[in-house]
Amino acid sequence: MPGSTPQAGLFSSEQVRAVARLTRLHLTDEEVERMRGQLSAILKHFESLSKVDTSNIEPTGHTTEAHSVMREDRATPSLPRDLVLANAPDKEGEFVRVRPVLE
Amino acid sequence: MEYEPVIGLEIHVQLSTKSKMFCGCAADYQSAEPNTHVCPVCMALPGTLPVVNRQAVEDAMMIGLALNCQVASATKFDRKNYPYPDLMKGYQISQFDSPICITGWLDLQDENGEPVRVRINRVHMEEDVARLIHIAGPDGGPGHTLMDVNRAGTPLMEVVSEPDIRSAAQAEQYIETVQSIIRYLGVGTANMEEGSFRCDANVSVRPRGESKLGSKVEVKNMNRVKAVTRAIDYEVARQIKVIRDGGRIVQETRGWDDGQGATVPQRSKEEAHDYRYFPEPDIPPLKITSDMVQQVRSKLPELPAAKKARFQYQYGLSEYDSALLTSSRAMSDYFEAVGAAASGTSLDDRRAFAKETSNWLTGEMSRLLNEAQQDISSVRVKPAQMASLVETFRRRDLNNATAKAVFQEMYRTGQDPEVIIDAKGLTKVADTNSLGLVVEQVVSANKVAVADYVAGKETALRFLMGQVMKASRGQADPEITMRLLRERLEVLKASR
Repeated sequence: MPGSTPQAGLFSSEQVRAVARLTRLHLTDEEVERMRGQLSAILKHFESLSKVDTSNIEPTGHTTEAHSVMREDRATPSLPRDLVLANAPDKEGEFVRVRPVLE
Repeated sequence: MEYEPVIGLEIHVQLSTKSKMFCGCAADYQSAEPNTHVCPVCMALPGTLPVVNRQAVEDAMMIGLALNCQVASATKFDRKNYPYPDLMKGYQISQFDSPICITGWLDLQDENGEPVRVRINRVHMEEDVARLIHIAGPDGGPGHTLMDVNRAGTPLMEVVSEPDIRSAAQAEQYIETVQSIIRYLGVGTANMEEGSFRCDANVSVRPRGESKLGSKVEVKNMNRVKAVTRAIDYEVARQIKVIRDGGRIVQETRGWDDGQGATVPQRSKEEAHDYRYFPEPDIPPLKITSDMVQQVRSKLPELPAAKKARFQYQYGLSEYDSALLTSSRAMSDYFEAVGAAASGTSLDDRRAFAKETSNWLTGEMSRLLNEAQQDISSVRVKPAQMASLVETFRRRDLNNATAKAVFQEMYRTGQDPEVIIDAKGLTKVADTNSLGLVVEQVVSANKVAVADYVAGKETALRFLMGQVMKASRGQADPEITMRLLRERLEVLKASR
């Protein structure tokens, strides 16, 4: 969570703007306020989970028992280039074309 | 006050697997036509699932073991989110808080030959990103960007050191050692110019004796080892100057500008550093059993440091020669193959032969390889032919210049040294009878020089020596010629 710690269950408008920047969304002041309310409600809902005692439970990112799923190192055919580029919003010759990237 | 540099390096190594990290597309993007090694997984099309390449996991374990790391018994992948078009998915699959290998070390030597241990923080697995080509607009301003997705998803290993490096020279040694290990393991080409080996440096300075770390600056964009050492030297000097001028170092990312010879601030990424890592839900965690670790460990080849020590011990070579010979696995293998083809049996004999072979390999051979930008693994001279040349040379059947000429011919044609020597009539005139005749001719044809020598002018000897060499078309053995000439002239001197 970027920015300063909010009050329990509350998003600050500064934090909404930080998230918006990271996701490249341009929000008006009015939208920031609206998102603040909605995000705060979501956060509050998730905070109810923190009431569960997890002190004896291993953290997990997965809900299935599956593990160590690997494939052998064999090269298989790729897509023909016209299919690769078929869904690109823009293309130029052999390449996908995107807006200028400044670094 | 005196300041000391504190440097940590982050190295990215591309693996030479056949397929990509999470899909079956061929991983050798370097020679491929743009966007031809691309599948729905690479393009992050809806409904696709990444599946881990077993070979890449084994390679990562092998790199970790070679760097004295512990291999984790459980490891997982995480999503690293950042908005940049080189990522098809909008995130990179990487490893955040449970990397495959942790806490290793690499032993180096400082400038005084004292041992320096650089600790390794971690080795983790991730995927490489797409290649972007920036096209400037007609006015030189922002135009557009082209994207080749071939590289996206190829396996990339990140090796992170602790801040234990104290100079640019140590950084160079660390990089070259890691490169050498990667090549010995055969898991990658570790070539900085080609981008299969990349290095970022975290640089800070602190008053000597201070144990607390100063604010670090991350330096990027260095694509040669030389650029890394120049960038570190520049950055250390810059930071010391800022502090001495009463300023403060701010934590930031700077890029190395090779033309300018300076590090320059990169766009502030204050919030871009918030990668919002979270566990990759598409890839179940990996459990690594001790059996798997054992299996990979059993495949570890003899590593450069161990081989260097063995060369010193077994062949009596100097540390310098051993380091040169073991800097590449192919060169050290070649050296040992030449030794195996030699006939000597006594320890002294084998050592003398090894020393001579080492001279040839680190001298003429390396010179010609460098000139031709060639690797020893593709050289035409077979180890047995090399052994035969070294033995002929050691019997003094060829003098220096002739032996070099024979070797150059061998290098060019791959012919046996005997064939070249016979064809060109290159055997050395070591036979004292025929050489004595030449000496006699030269002495009687150069009366002035002889008189000079008899009168005590030592330099006349060198002139006469040259005349003998010329008369024998360079094939006279210099040592024997010198002895014969001196004997003949001393007789004249005494009879004066």
